Amino acid sequence: MSGNKRIMKEFADVQSNPPPGCKITLENEGDMNLWNVVMDAPSDSIYAGGHFKIAIKLPKEYPFKPPVLNFKTKLYHPNVTNDENGSMCLGMLRPDEWKPPNKIADVLKLVRTVLASPQPDDAVEQGIAEQYKNDRKAFEKTAKDWVGKYAK
Amino acid sequence: MPPTRKRKLDQTASTIHATSPPKRHQAEEFKEVEAALPATPQTLTSDKGMDSDDDFNSVASSMDLGEEMSSSVDFGAGDSDGDVEEYEDDNTGFEATAKDLANKRKAFETDFKVYSPQDIQNQQDGQVAEVANLLEQPPEATAILLRYGRWNKERLIEQYMDNQEELLEKAGLGQDIRRNPPRIETVIGFACDICCEDGQDLESFAMTCGHRFCTDCYRQYLTQKIKDEGEAARIKCPGDRCNKVIDAKSLDLLVPSDLTDRYHVLLMRTYVDDRESLKWCPAPNCVYAVECGVKKRDLLKVVPTVHCECKHAFCFGCTLADHQPCPCALVKKWLKKCADDSETANWISANTKECPKCHSTIEKNGGCNHMTCRKCKNEFCWMCMGLWSEHGTSWYNCSRFEEKSGHDARDAQAKSRQSLERYLHYYNRYANHEQSAKLDKDIFHKTEKKMTLLQSTSGMSWIEVQFLEGASQALQQCRETLKWTYAFAYYLARNNQTEIFEDNQRDLEMAVENLSEMFEKPTDQLAGLKVEMLDKTAYCQKRKVVVLDDTARKLKEGEWDLLLLTPC
Ligand SMILES: [Zn+2]
Ligand SMILES: [Zn+2]
Ligand SMILES: [Zn+2]
Ligand SMILES: [Zn+2]
Ligand SMILES: [Zn+2]
Ligand SMILES: [Zn+2]
Repeated sequence: MSGNKRIMKEFADVQSNPPPGCKITLENEGDMNLWNVVMDAPSDSIYAGGHFKIAIKLPKEYPFKPPVLNFKTKLYHPNVTNDENGSMCLGMLRPDEWKPPNKIADVLKLVRTVLASPQPDDAVEQGIAEQYKNDRKAFEKTAKDWVGKYAK
Repeated sequence: MPPTRKRKLDQTASTIHATSPPKRHQAEEFKEVEAALPATPQTLTSDKGMDSDDDFNSVASSMDLGEEMSSSVDFGAGDSDGDVEEYEDDNTGFEATAKDLANKRKAFETDFKVYSPQDIQNQQDGQVAEVANLLEQPPEATAILLRYGRWNKERLIEQYMDNQEELLEKAGLGQDIRRNPPRIETVIGFACDICCEDGQDLESFAMTCGHRFCTDCYRQYLTQKIKDEGEAARIKCPGDRCNKVIDAKSLDLLVPSDLTDRYHVLLMRTYVDDRESLKWCPAPNCVYAVECGVKKRDLLKVVPTVHCECKHAFCFGCTLADHQPCPCALVKKWLKKCADDSETANWISANTKECPKCHSTIEKNGGCNHMTCRKCKNEFCWMCMGLWSEHGTSWYNCSRFEEKSGHDARDAQAKSRQSLERYLHYYNRYANHEQSAKLDKDIFHKTEKKMTLLQSTSGMSWIEVQFLEGASQALQQCRETLKWTYAFAYYLARNNQTEIFEDNQRDLEMAVENLSEMFEKPTDQLAGLKVEMLDKTAYCQKRKVVVLDDTARKLKEGEWDLLLLTPC
């Protein structure tokens, strides 16, 4: 299938030229549709020092359908669901915004940007977003505590 | 003691208001009622008065009676206006006709037209052709422009005259596509950014934005948009962040042939979805659309029930099943309240209750609310648990909620209890009619089966037992109306109109219970009760018309004090 050549090429590209702060491997040898990412948080963000595991699933319709991203490392962030899914709400992954030429590397760059600068107005965790807006100190404390607890 | 029945009737009300439920009705009354029944798709065409002078719209322009259902050619001309609002002032010719017809119409009837998919297609094509002519653009581009402008023809033409380039750009047409007709090409050195294939034979396609992809990828992209995402009118170029809309000609070139039908269906859907005056019939699998001129802002003044070709009656305002006489906003509030309070209220609509006299358990198995306890022979009303003997006389006071005196409701607890009681009073009756309608239907189906058996033994013809079906349908409809009168009443503040409303409601309720009771007669007697049943059916319909007409008229004239701010 055509998807395969594309995925092979994308995977090869991220190996030779990985997006900033990312190490990408395959979950299982020979399965091109499950990627594992370890993302190092930007050093100037409150998550600095944290290594975040992200699972990427490429649907069989990829790249016509967007990839699915899940944080496997717990993270205190208004844009990431605080549950076992760890889903991040990203505009470019919405079916009506995703365009087939978009690459996983672009997605990961965006993820890292959102990680460093939360967008409380597009929050999936309202409580965390409120705290981020109204009590930044408390927010940062918990976020850092969680980095220490889960992301080292 | 409940007050004796006194009525303050104005002239109009007294003429349509029977003073007590008469035992006998003449056959002529039946005919009269039939004429007054809500319009069915077949009869509505002969009834084209407008319900409000300032709300003239495209519906009116297709007044030609009897013609519209079959004609598909004429259609575009009469209904070519994209935006009904622009047509408010220039229709003096119609006013006179409306007046002539006005006395035929009941206040609760709304003008509407039912369209087949072919009608919609023709209407769409007609508008495209007309605007294409005006703008001197090819039909493909015009269709995109119209869809982009959500079929507001006047505004679109204005914008086009104002700034053609800007409009074309925004609609995703960018340049004149006549000079650059879309075509599939092979381009040297091309590699597809989606599938990463290259090769000099690779066929590819790009719109004027220059985002080029191989035709396989383009097709797969379109397939997914059309098939999985149900998009058609505004599919964008697959290029990264490109907002250019793919025009119809490019789509024709690229959409796989097995998808063209689906694609055209979707295009048609957007035509209806984009227009405030058109709605799809919400009945499952129904393909018809209905046109109605009632606007959102009118919905506190009218309850626009429309009747689809498929027989489904629904509210054009909110697309729920017909809920006359209760306005949409109240229906929404009421349904939410019922859902929120379902725990509290559920026990009330339960199927079993105790006899108020001897406390033995009584099960309700028909729709009729006139209960007789098997054990003690006590006759009582299922809804209020009061003595049945007090119903149908001047004592009848089942439908009205008696506000307790201020003395009783002084402290907060008593007040909250009373507000719950008040809600339960209306909810009980609402739920009861809903439940009874189901039971009535069940009993009708059982009866029908027995009648069919009877037919073969007694030699009665099929026509002769059809009165049962008519009666059953009338029961269903009247209970539906009654149901909504109780939701309406919950939000109704007392004023000098409410008594008439309650009288009408009660008269309909009694008529319904009388008819419902007949279904509980032994089957072998039913044939002999045909005339009586026809009478009662007609009487029910008549009472229903009275309730609906009175509420609709006063709704329009703002004579009800609605408790819109009642906390849900
Ligand atoms: Zn391709
Ligand atoms: Zn493009
Ligand atoms: Zn229908
Ligand atoms: Zn409605
Ligand atoms: Zn009893
Ligand atoms: Zn009663």
